[in-house]
Amino acid sequence: MTAKDLDEESSAWLNRLGAAGAERRAAERELHARLVRIALAEVRRRSGSTTVTGQELHDLAHQAADDAMLAILAKLAGFRGESRFITWAYRFVILEVSAKLGRHYWRHPPVALDAGQWERLPDRFGIDPVRHAEAEGVLAEVRRVVEEELTAHQRRIFVAVVVDQVPRDALVAELGLGKNAIYKVIFDARRKIRRALVAKGYLEEPGRSGDE
Amino acid sequence: MSDLDRLERFLRTDPQDVGCDEAMAVLHVYVDLVVGDGDAAGRYPGVAAHLEACGPCGEDFTGLLAAVTGS
Repeated sequence: MTAKDLDEESSAWLNRLGAAGAERRAAERELHARLVRIALAEVRRRSGSTTVTGQELHDLAHQAADDAMLAILAKLAGFRGESRFITWAYRFVILEVSAKLGRHYWRHPPVALDAGQWERLPDRFGIDPVRHAEAEGVLAEVRRVVEEELTAHQRRIFVAVVVDQVPRDALVAELGLGKNAIYKVIFDARRKIRRALVAKGYLEEPGRSGDE
Repeated sequence: MSDLDRLERFLRTDPQDVGCDEAMAVLHVYVDLVVGDGDAAGRYPGVAAHLEACGPCGEDFTGLLAAVTGS
């Protein structure tokens, strides 16, 4: 990727951030101001799904912008022009907001890790066991698969994410696992549970309902 | 919608799903394609499948899309 392949705005950002002295400092100030604006908008957008509020949320946004700025400058040489520069840069601050909200979750957790609130599972999926005759059997089978067919590690993650609804990024921060590792556990559990529910006749066979 | 529809949708998995890391690595490219009407899902079907299934990554996608479109 050469400068001539980039759109005009991206090229201008790279030139200014790669310049020396006042021009570079001005570009960094402008980019940082944009990152702060985006971070503040993002924490506002997510405010309904986090326990972080007020000044703490405001501070979190500024910290996310600061950390994103450092990451962007450190990785500037790695920008390959696959997207507009500003989209590439904003990705850093959005992911920083996600990660920081996850870490802050444990300051005021609405539910403890390993709480195992199985009684709330019907609500999670909008199932009314009283109104739906087979719901009780379905929910019992879901729990059986989780307790009997998952390893202790897989079960802990499934219960935290699906049953107790601990945000994934909070679990990443608490358990030191990667996002992908957590997703893979849930992905595999979903397949196992689906297979069990099909075998019991609660769901249609894969393929007939659009599944793999 | 039956009582089990939400559970059924949750349990449905797509073998094309690329997972969180791969989806997040190209999120900026994907978002620019969405904004530019560049058939993002056609070029990155595994990313589209993942964003559909993974709530947290879907949130990151929505956030980045909002950031670049000013919405």
